[in-house]
Amino acid sequence: MSDAAVNLSAGDAAQPASRFTRMMKRSLRRPELGSFGATIFVFLFFAVTAGNSGLFSALGIVNFLQVSAQLGILAAAVALLMIGGEFDLSLGSMIGFAGIVIGIAVTQFHLPIWLSVVIAFGVAILVGTANGMLVTRTRLPSFIVTLAGYFVLRGLSLATTRALTGRTQIPYITRNTTETAFVSLFGGKFGGPLFTWLGHMGWIGIKADGTPLVSGIPMSVAWWLGLTALATWILVKTEFGNWIYAVGGDAQAARNVGVPVGRVKILLFVGTACAATLFAVIQVLETGSADTLRGTQKEFESVIAAVIGGNLLTGGYGSAIGAMFGALIFGTVEMGIFYTGIDTDWFMVFLGLMVVLAVLFNNFIRRKATEAR
Amino acid sequence: MASPESAANPPLIELDGVGKSFGTVTALDGISIVVRHGEVHCLLGDNGAGKSTLIKILSGVHQPTAGTLRIDGAPTMLQSPREALDRGIAAVFQDLAMIPLMSITRNFFLGREPVLGRFLTRRIDMKRADAIVFSELANMGITVRDPQQAVGTLSGGERQCVAIARAVYHGARVLILDEPTSALGVHQASIVLRYIAQARARGIGVIFITHNINHAYPIGDVFTLLNRGRTHGTFRKSEITEAEVLDIMAGRRDLKSLQVDLDRLTAENAVRLH
Ligand SMILES: Nc1ncnc2c1ncn2[C@@H]1O[C@H](COP(=O)(O)OP(=O)(O)OP(=O)(O)O)[C@@H](O)[C@H]1O
Ligand SMILES: [Mg+2]
Repeated sequence: MSDAAVNLSAGDAAQPASRFTRMMKRSLRRPELGSFGATIFVFLFFAVTAGNSGLFSALGIVNFLQVSAQLGILAAAVALLMIGGEFDLSLGSMIGFAGIVIGIAVTQFHLPIWLSVVIAFGVAILVGTANGMLVTRTRLPSFIVTLAGYFVLRGLSLATTRALTGRTQIPYITRNTTETAFVSLFGGKFGGPLFTWLGHMGWIGIKADGTPLVSGIPMSVAWWLGLTALATWILVKTEFGNWIYAVGGDAQAARNVGVPVGRVKILLFVGTACAATLFAVIQVLETGSADTLRGTQKEFESVIAAVIGGNLLTGGYGSAIGAMFGALIFGTVEMGIFYTGIDTDWFMVFLGLMVVLAVLFNNFIRRKATEAR
Repeated sequence: MASPESAANPPLIELDGVGKSFGTVTALDGISIVVRHGEVHCLLGDNGAGKSTLIKILSGVHQPTAGTLRIDGAPTMLQSPREALDRGIAAVFQDLAMIPLMSITRNFFLGREPVLGRFLTRRIDMKRADAIVFSELANMGITVRDPQQAVGTLSGGERQCVAIARAVYHGARVLILDEPTSALGVHQASIVLRYIAQARARGIGVIFITHNINHAYPIGDVFTLLNRGRTHGTFRKSEITEAEVLDIMAGRRDLKSLQVDLDRLTAENAVRLH
């Protein structure tokens, strides 16, 4: 710390530090640093303990990527909301509700799938706006206010589905559809030719008919990476990103310099509701069915991924790339424990410990980042 | 109180009989002050005198319950801090000035980010922003190694300076400073005071709120003394000495009786020692 005394040296030659040391210092201050290290550790750990179990075969990789991607889509939006200083407990119920909206629109009203998806996103925008307005108007903590959505949306899903179909699931949503391009945009796979070639070369497993065991990477992975990139761009490059940090860091100070605090928070809630809907669309179009219980616990899992990724529970600090690593750790460990044959009940124990560790580490980093020098 | 400059230098802001009540609490009553270009107007007063309430009215946080506020001669009701900013009135609140976890540059341009590109490519021009911050702070004699470092890493005085520099850079014509030096040591306070003098030299009207007459007197041009929501009058520097300001601030009787008490104590001690 002693070399930082230049801060207040009047009349000193005004020289910025060299480009290299500045870059080094900046990267050491990045919130995702810890989760990047933890990701490497997790991979090394399972490479040693589960090296031959198939976790790192093509099929195993696709499996843990799929779990990570679905959670990561949520975590990207949740990270932005958390940096903005709020929580959205209605997220998991929104997933179930969006799926039901699509299912009912397609099977009961015989609307095209694309239109049903558009309607679901419209509903998400309404739900997000309602959440945001409630939070900004009442000034109550959002983990209390969004509990309303947690119950209302789940209840609505169950009640309407049972009333219209007499069941709690809606199957056959994509059966006989002619919208194959639209369906595969969310529920399809990419990189098929690559896998065929890998199979030909004998580098990955093939079935009896010569086609590869893994026919491609789920589209959810592409959505995950795209959304993470978008969220990162917003946070780092745009005015809106600057406002997100400010709103979560100190809402009153932000208001005093003219940041539209209420509008920023409402948009962030719209973001999480839309991410929940994207999650639902992907699941519905991958499996062809909707279920009123989809998305249970996702409101917690996404917060866990964001926290493991270096996002502060108290807001004002964090990154979307961190949330991506958090989701990757989550998915890898969940699948890793499965592949190593350890009782999967241990996953919960691991999660709890991981969260405590991450919170402690984040606090330490936060103190470092603002330490007066 | 009419000054010779008044014809040549029209008021930037005038308060005319302004009052503010919070329910049954009267925080301000019948306040009339004038702020002009290139003048440091010191507001002095004890705890609870109404200083913070007054600047919150000037910066659009509160609306007065009586009297009028005139900006450039026109009666105005400021509805929000944003509106005050747009009229060139910037307040630097001591506690709410900066967001510690954000970088100096991000704080400096918060709410007024310089942008490049349009629509999807619209983004903050971070390079230019960094360069501006670096040179603005260098002008004040503060060398930051990296404008992207968190504001939390700066000392209290540096933070205050960054907040003031920010307001000046964004075109403040009136700068309101609430106790900018009260938490600072002598060295840092003098840096802030020197910067206030620079702002005045640029023609900015400054309202400087403080408890500390040692900080106010050297830099002030006009002094308004507040007590329990009322003014004890406004004085130009030529009309009043530092001792007199102090006298009125503390209440003449308080100080006199303090002197008597002290004399008595020293006398008693002297007796006891013999
Ligand atoms: N929002 C409010 N609601 C009710 N009363 C208030 C409010 N704000 C201020 N007051 C009252 O108005 C009076 C003046 O307060 P103010 O904060 O303006 O004083 P001050 O001169 O800034 O004091 P200090 O030197 O302690 O900062 C006090 O009696 C205070 O209790
Ligand atoms: Mg005050």
